[in-house]
Amino acid sequence: MADEAQEKKKPASVDDKIHTWPHLVRGEFLVTIFVVVVLTLWALLLDAPLEEPANPTRTPNPSKAPWYFLGLQEMLVYYDPWHAGVVLPTLIIIGLMVIPFIDINPAGNGYYTFKDRKYEILTFFFGFHILWVSMIIIGTFFRGPGWNLFWPWEHWDPHKVQALTNVDLPYLVGFRDYYWSAAFGLFCVVAYFIVGMALFYYWVLRVKGKEFMERWGPVRFGITAFLMVTMLALPVKMFLRLALNVKYILATKWINI
Amino acid sequence: MALKDKLEEVKKDIVESHVWKAIFRHGYEDTPRNRVLMVTANVWLHLHPAKVRRHGVRMRFTWCMGGLTFLMFLMTVVTGIYLMFYYRPVGEYAFADMQYLEQDMPFGMLMRNMHRWAAHAMVVFVWLHMFRVFLTGSYKPPREFNWIVGVLLLVLTLLLSFTGYLLPWDQLSIWAVTVGSNMARASPLLGHEGPFHEFVGANPVYDARAFLFGGGEIGPHTLLRFYILHCIFIPLVASLLMAVHFWRIRRDGFSGPSL
Repeated sequence: MADEAQEKKKPASVDDKIHTWPHLVRGEFLVTIFVVVVLTLWALLLDAPLEEPANPTRTPNPSKAPWYFLGLQEMLVYYDPWHAGVVLPTLIIIGLMVIPFIDINPAGNGYYTFKDRKYEILTFFFGFHILWVSMIIIGTFFRGPGWNLFWPWEHWDPHKVQALTNVDLPYLVGFRDYYWSAAFGLFCVVAYFIVGMALFYYWVLRVKGKEFMERWGPVRFGITAFLMVTMLALPVKMFLRLALNVKYILATKWINI
Repeated sequence: MALKDKLEEVKKDIVESHVWKAIFRHGYEDTPRNRVLMVTANVWLHLHPAKVRRHGVRMRFTWCMGGLTFLMFLMTVVTGIYLMFYYRPVGEYAFADMQYLEQDMPFGMLMRNMHRWAAHAMVVFVWLHMFRVFLTGSYKPPREFNWIVGVLLLVLTLLLSFTGYLLPWDQLSIWAVTVGSNMARASPLLGHEGPFHEFVGANPVYDARAFLFGGGEIGPHTLLRFYILHCIFIPLVASLLMAVHFWRIRRDGFSGPSL
């Protein structure tokens, strides 16, 4: 807006309101025109894809979901389908919804600040940019036939041999009996959550102090810690799979984690 | 009398006529009162408050992302209705209609392109909007509820895009949707490959995915279901939630630092 620079110099008065018409509507109108023109040019230059007619008998390899779901498809590598496709998406949605209720930091309400909200912003940045967006990038550009890793410039060779040496964690450490394996796997998962949440508790105490923890309360802490530890489980699982060829930690007839 | 004065007189006659005043109640008189009336008495503008905090309208504060998301929604509605005139959601016709639309209809290809790119842009804009709202802490009291509505709108945006993906009925669409809907097959209890499905007796032709597909596999029934979801059901729900979303912004006030 033209008169913005001039108006900015004035000290903030209590009544800092301006008329929507024309100050806001004019801006909206101009941005609309600009974006519609850009979209039209874009649509003139780039055609939407149309492949051969649908053929249920010919499965392409790889079949990829729409790009915005490739993060979930990429998680299928590390998790059971019901986990990657149902539990984690639900937790993502619930996790986003509870943000306003677990974030009780009064600072940074309505303006940009990194200093006052360092941990909140870093957490969101980690979840959104590091986990979600990078998973989409990997799924879009680095996955080829058989959902194997390919460099974008590499020839997609469907016969690229994938060493199938992935084993479950209990097997790796020597368990051969089904029930003992399941018990050990369950122990590992529960221990991961207990230790993770305990570490989070002490970390919050160290960074934010006792007074904050009391104000936060056990419910807010519990929900936040659970979501945090669940979120961090993805890089843990990725490490176990890519570095140690571990498929599942807990493997039972119904549930694999 | 000069021509200019003549035109002025004609203009005056028009804007002061009974008919004109019945439609446009307020002129462009630049008075504070008129500026308020321009917004409150206009069906297109009344979702705006009459006045806003100076802070809230700055482009580098909002990045315009919420408004642009809504604009992309409107673009997909307009182009989508155009496409609906030429498209039949029937297994035998869908792909042929796509080819007809691309090759023979005036502006058909352009409309399809704009529909698709606007949909993709909408997904990106929703994410950036969410990111901006997070960075400015605009979900904090009193705007918690609107953040929840926003999360629901994010989900609906993804579902809108996803259901539209199937409609071209080409290889890309059916296999992308096959992959995407495998999660329904794997859902606990309700999917025939999910955990504990044996307790409710879910099987390939009777489970959550079959409900979504209208059968055990993707077929003509799926196409019709996704078409209805894409063109009627989800846009309707999304429109309702958008009205709530915008209304709450107006009621809770544009965000900005406390004074």
